[in-house]
Amino acid sequence: MTEYNFAYLDEQTKRMIRRAILKGLAIPGYQVPFASREMPMPYGWGTGGVQVSAAVLTPKDTFKVIDQGADDTTNAVSIRTFFQRTAGVATTTATSDATVIQTRHRIPEEPLHEGQILVYQVPIPEPLRFLEPRESETRKMHSLEEYGLMHVKLYEDISRHGHIATSYAYPVKVEGRYVMDPSPIPKFDNPKLGDMAAIQLFGAGREQRIYALPPYTQVVSLDFEDHPFEASKADHPCGMCGATDSYLDELIIDDAGGRMFVCSDTDYCEARQATGHKGKDAA
Amino acid sequence: MYVAVKGGERAIENAHAWLAEERRGNTDIAELSIAQIREQLSLAVNRVMAEGSLYDPDLAALAIKQARGDLIEAIFLIRAYRTTLPRFGASEPVDTGIMACDRRISATFKDLPGGQVLGPTFDYTHRLLDFKLAADGEVPKAPSRDAETGTVPHVTEFLNREGLIEEAPHDDTPPPDLTREPLEMPADRALRLQALTRADEGFTLGLAYSTQRGYGRNHAFVGELRIGSVPVEMDIPELGFAVEIGEVILTECETVNQFTGSKTKPPQFTRGYGLVFGQTERKAISMALVDRALRWEELGEDNVGAPAQDAEFVLYHADNIQATGFLEHIKLPHYVDFQSELELVRKLRREAGALQVQEAAE
Repeated sequence: MTEYNFAYLDEQTKRMIRRAILKGLAIPGYQVPFASREMPMPYGWGTGGVQVSAAVLTPKDTFKVIDQGADDTTNAVSIRTFFQRTAGVATTTATSDATVIQTRHRIPEEPLHEGQILVYQVPIPEPLRFLEPRESETRKMHSLEEYGLMHVKLYEDISRHGHIATSYAYPVKVEGRYVMDPSPIPKFDNPKLGDMAAIQLFGAGREQRIYALPPYTQVVSLDFEDHPFEASKADHPCGMCGATDSYLDELIIDDAGGRMFVCSDTDYCEARQATGHKGKDAA
Repeated sequence: MYVAVKGGERAIENAHAWLAEERRGNTDIAELSIAQIREQLSLAVNRVMAEGSLYDPDLAALAIKQARGDLIEAIFLIRAYRTTLPRFGASEPVDTGIMACDRRISATFKDLPGGQVLGPTFDYTHRLLDFKLAADGEVPKAPSRDAETGTVPHVTEFLNREGLIEEAPHDDTPPPDLTREPLEMPADRALRLQALTRADEGFTLGLAYSTQRGYGRNHAFVGELRIGSVPVEMDIPELGFAVEIGEVILTECETVNQFTGSKTKPPQFTRGYGLVFGQTERKAISMALVDRALRWEELGEDNVGAPAQDAEFVLYHADNIQATGFLEHIKLPHYVDFQSELELVRKLRREAGALQVQEAAE
């Protein structure tokens, strides 16, 4: 096999993607169609995020990949290895050291700073998709700012369950205009989307869409005055580092169904443990 | 005691090594060569070329070998390779009228200029396992005669002379390019055909079959099915004229469909069209039926709500590389989303339980 270009994609393709990213940044929350390429990993496995990362990476960047908050889950490893091989960029697991962070399903616990780029992998970019399967219709709804259907859905949730029964991929409104899918992050992460110092880019490869949030964008989770949005997590401290402010994974640790809770953000948890924090399950 | 799961990297490496070993199988058995796959599994090679959108039998054979015979995986390998290739330009449209046909049949006319040529078809074989093949694969030489030369006219042209079939006027509009532009609706016919020719064979077959069973019925006759090689010509700007750069084998199917007329069109036959790389006639016929079903709007027909009439449904779900990727991604970890669902279900159950206790007390 011959040598590939820096970060795999050819420069023409990167230019096309960068244009889509710039358009996305100019119209926060708007889904920009782009000519997504077949990547050497399957659609649905982060091809959108990978294409966006490939388009923004420079040789000087330090790259971090997380999946479910963890640096060592198999697909995060696979994507990190891909860019090590094709771009030769430095990689890190430390959130603060990374200049580009590709993520699936989480926003790191540690606040991001200016100059960083957070790249989300997005499976279904259309927040209205499960209310209206037709792309031609949903695009019309966005252009007319016709979001009544979404409010009706949330209202029906409340009347049926007493709560909005959406716990991840919780829809948000960007700068009072576009309703946007934040990708399947837990709603615990939603408050971090708004007013973030870093650039947030969202890539959906299979669905051929890119959208973006420039730094310090106003992002509001949809709710009602009498049913305000509430970020939720398991009501426990982390068993390893004792953190009470982080999103937790639940693990089954014995045949009797014994459970423990640990930070899903492995870097956050390890950094806390390194500075002497200890949870009740730590050795 | 919980130890954070580490070692994803090593697990992946080991899995790949095991996969390579499994692919090779028992090393006491001779290894398959690319040439063997290309020559003896040529219909698999054709499918991989068609749905991979890359005409290269050797690469397709390599992909099949690497994919352990999983054709969708092989198609994926070809697509991922194809997308990295630089583009020099586009060929002239190929002329299937000058096809050197290995097979050419019409179901609408018993005989016609150019004749009926069965070619290498399974059609009239009795599907009995041939145990001789298990012992030795040598075959006697098939009888041969000189090939017909010259153009083979399309059957639909004969119907056209009487005005019995809709016109298919010449159109030089450059077609959109599905691989360079995002698929957007509404899709014109050129774009639909482009998507269908690389669409999953099984999906296309199922949709075509559904039209035959009444979901958007458009009773199709195979006006003509032809398989053979056509020259590919490309305009070389430095030369100022087109030169032949190679040949491809294509399967072309033109269906002739019943049409009783609509508000906008007189009663006449209408067309469905299929054109696919390689000897791939099941796919080409399916494509023609689905193409015809998708044309309901331009022909002023009713949309009866059949899946095959729904361009968004068909085009957004026909690509097996997109479909298999998204389907299989649910194998990836979803701890985080699942955790938030766990919390929600527990909360709802707690509240429902409390409500029941309260009702019982009342």
